[in-house]
Amino acid sequence: MNVFGFLGQMFAIALALLLAPLLTGWVNQCRAWLQNRSAPPLLQPYYMLHKLFLKDVVLAHGASPLFRFAPFVVFGCMVLACAIIPTLSTDLPLAPAADTIALVGVFGLARIFIALAAMDVGTSFGTLGGRREMLIGFLAEPALLMVIFTTAMISQSTSVATIVETLAHRDFIIYPSLAFAGIAFTFVSFAENARVPVDNPATHLELTMIHEAMILEYSGRHLALIEWAASLKLYAYSCLGLALFFPWGIAEGDSFLGLLLAIPVLAIKLAIGGALLAGIETINAKVRIFRAPEFLGTAFLFAVLGLLVRLLLEGRV
Amino acid sequence: MQLLDEPIDFARQEGVGAPVWTGRAADSQELQAFAIAAHRADGRIAALWGSDSRQRGGGFRLDCVFGLNEGHAWVSLDLPAENPAYPDLAGIFPAANRMQRATCDLVGIATEGGDRRPWLRHGAWPADWYPLRHDAAQLANEGAGFPNAPSDYDFVQVGGDGAHEIPVGPIHAGIIEPGHFRFSVIGERVLRLEQRLGYQHKGVEKLYIGMNVADGARLAGRISGDSTCAYAWAYAAAVEAACGVSPPPRALLLRALMLERERVANHLGDLGALGNDAALAFGFSQFMRLKEDWLRLNGALFCHRFMMDSIVPGGTALDLDAPALAAIVEQCDAIGREVKELQKIYDEHAGLQDRFLTTGAIDADLARELSLTGVAARATGMILDARIHRQGYTPPPPYAMLGVRPATDERGDVAARVAVRFAEVFESLRLLREIAVGLPDSGVRIDVPPVADGYGLGVIEGWRGEVLVGVSFDGDGRLARVHPHDPSWQAWPALEHAVMRDIVPDFPLINKSFNLSYSGVDL
Repeated sequence: MNVFGFLGQMFAIALALLLAPLLTGWVNQCRAWLQNRSAPPLLQPYYMLHKLFLKDVVLAHGASPLFRFAPFVVFGCMVLACAIIPTLSTDLPLAPAADTIALVGVFGLARIFIALAAMDVGTSFGTLGGRREMLIGFLAEPALLMVIFTTAMISQSTSVATIVETLAHRDFIIYPSLAFAGIAFTFVSFAENARVPVDNPATHLELTMIHEAMILEYSGRHLALIEWAASLKLYAYSCLGLALFFPWGIAEGDSFLGLLLAIPVLAIKLAIGGALLAGIETINAKVRIFRAPEFLGTAFLFAVLGLLVRLLLEGRV
Repeated sequence: MQLLDEPIDFARQEGVGAPVWTGRAADSQELQAFAIAAHRADGRIAALWGSDSRQRGGGFRLDCVFGLNEGHAWVSLDLPAENPAYPDLAGIFPAANRMQRATCDLVGIATEGGDRRPWLRHGAWPADWYPLRHDAAQLANEGAGFPNAPSDYDFVQVGGDGAHEIPVGPIHAGIIEPGHFRFSVIGERVLRLEQRLGYQHKGVEKLYIGMNVADGARLAGRISGDSTCAYAWAYAAAVEAACGVSPPPRALLLRALMLERERVANHLGDLGALGNDAALAFGFSQFMRLKEDWLRLNGALFCHRFMMDSIVPGGTALDLDAPALAAIVEQCDAIGREVKELQKIYDEHAGLQDRFLTTGAIDADLARELSLTGVAARATGMILDARIHRQGYTPPPPYAMLGVRPATDERGDVAARVAVRFAEVFESLRLLREIAVGLPDSGVRIDVPPVADGYGLGVIEGWRGEVLVGVSFDGDGRLARVHPHDPSWQAWPALEHAVMRDIVPDFPLINKSFNLSYSGVDL
């Protein structure tokens, strides 16, 4: 590990922590504009985090230590995920720590902790949310793994950095398998990030909530960490999608200039991605919860199609 | 005259209001027999309340209003001062259950048997103290009040493998009215829903006792803010019937204009909120924009966005001039065009229709059994609207000559309630144009001569359903008892049935498609 790589890694993590709330703010702003509302400030998520960190924590009487440390575990998982997904550069000293399969596991770990914490205080809404989250999770994870297998077969490696390097280096040929995998990944991202066709991040109807129902009992810095982690998750998924399907512009090796150039490229890609996300959320209604398995089943089908196309049509490249 | 071949002798109420026949049951058997006959004739229970007339030498009095095909039959029954009791009507009309329990909590006249759980009394006053009795003030030091002693409430338990309860409210995640919903579920499937309301009880009926007519009109407009015109008109109609006066024709048309504007405003808000509850925020912001424009014109023309205090006994408090009427017609055209566009978007949105269709369905038989009125009843295919001509029924002026076209849908689900709302918006816009161009020249208000004694019942088809106000005077020209009745009394139990075959996350959407009043029933 060289010093430059280490610095690049630290910079990527710091950038993730800083940019993630901005991405959430940007998506919220786009949503408001598309609905003809005047938008909240771009920096609103930072104000929220600031406010929540200053507030006292109110704990339920029945809360066990698990309830208190779950937000730190969830936040830690999301920071780790952001560290091993190549955002600016593929030269990531932390990347060997976890490959793509482990990355899915990191997301799964965060999910298990937040669902357990939701059930910990024993309110019916927490249990309701936790149960629904596990339903979504166990359908979304296989689809995500299938997407990753497709990309891994192209690059002959499950390391995220290697996959992205291979995909970014390829000649400009279109892989039909990647198109299918990309559609599946988009579906999974919506479900995993509690976005509109599956969940509604803006709802106040406690009976319809999935993600929000799990965190109803959290307050103060715990809630701040969970909100920040949710932003980081959206950022991580966006960056993973960009790295796998639109890797152009990402810095390779230890070129300082490349790293500098990668920042505006990433910002532009995220801005476009965020606007598209808001657009899709605006034109869709939320599906009935028992339609979510159909939605994710479709994602799985697309992912398997991608894999089959890779095996049958593209052969060994 | 006799109704339904029953022995009770009825007389037609005076005035130009909705057709009401008043009669007095000789004993509780006559009342029970009449209720059974009304049920057999596909009638419904429209309201039930009690009053204390012991200070005037009587005992207690029970008032029941039955909705029949030709109008309303208002049957009263005198009860003894000692041990007042009457037969349980909930076995005939299930909708009577909560009304009877509320009457027991407030006046202390109870049913013989049946459901005796408290309804409005949540422990804020003792079980042997009745706020609407005339000696209530002497028995309790009212200023100091009682210690709050919340008691347990026996919800119906659902047992079995995997069945569990989800308690929701009375404090919700959003800023809405308080109500408690107890779901018994298996997984996401709702086995049973039981509501508990009464958290907004604020003593409206107590406040009415001894009030003068003008103050009563102000209070009537504030019973349920979303139905201020319907309540004010129903109250005014009841007072006018008791005093034997009729408002001038221009005033009646102006009242209809306000009522239709109220209907459109609420339907626009509901249509937007229904989109929002299915996470289609686009629909919400569009309909809210239209509603805001609508309310702003209300503010400009009636000096109040909800048109409070515009309808008074004897007529209306204000008149509209030609430019104001022109502004109304112009706005109807503009909003009608936009609503048409939005209806197309709602109808063609696959995701939204998937949420609406088959969700929260009730059929016409159930609606009739539960005495349901209003939008929810018409969404099951019933032609039940106080403004509409039907076999044997002529609507009161001004609706008799306006010729309102019924808006019904057979499906009974959320989609049907949405469709009925859209149809009613267009029909109301048509009526508004018709009223605005054909307003006769006359005064808008006459004096209501003070009356010492008398009874009156006002019936108005509000945007949610049938609003009733029963009024009686105390012999000195003051109000002895006023009972405002919201259609939500009958619709809340229908909601319990509508959600039964559905799943928990669909409840908010079903609830919104009914959009019932909490304030209007908690009183």
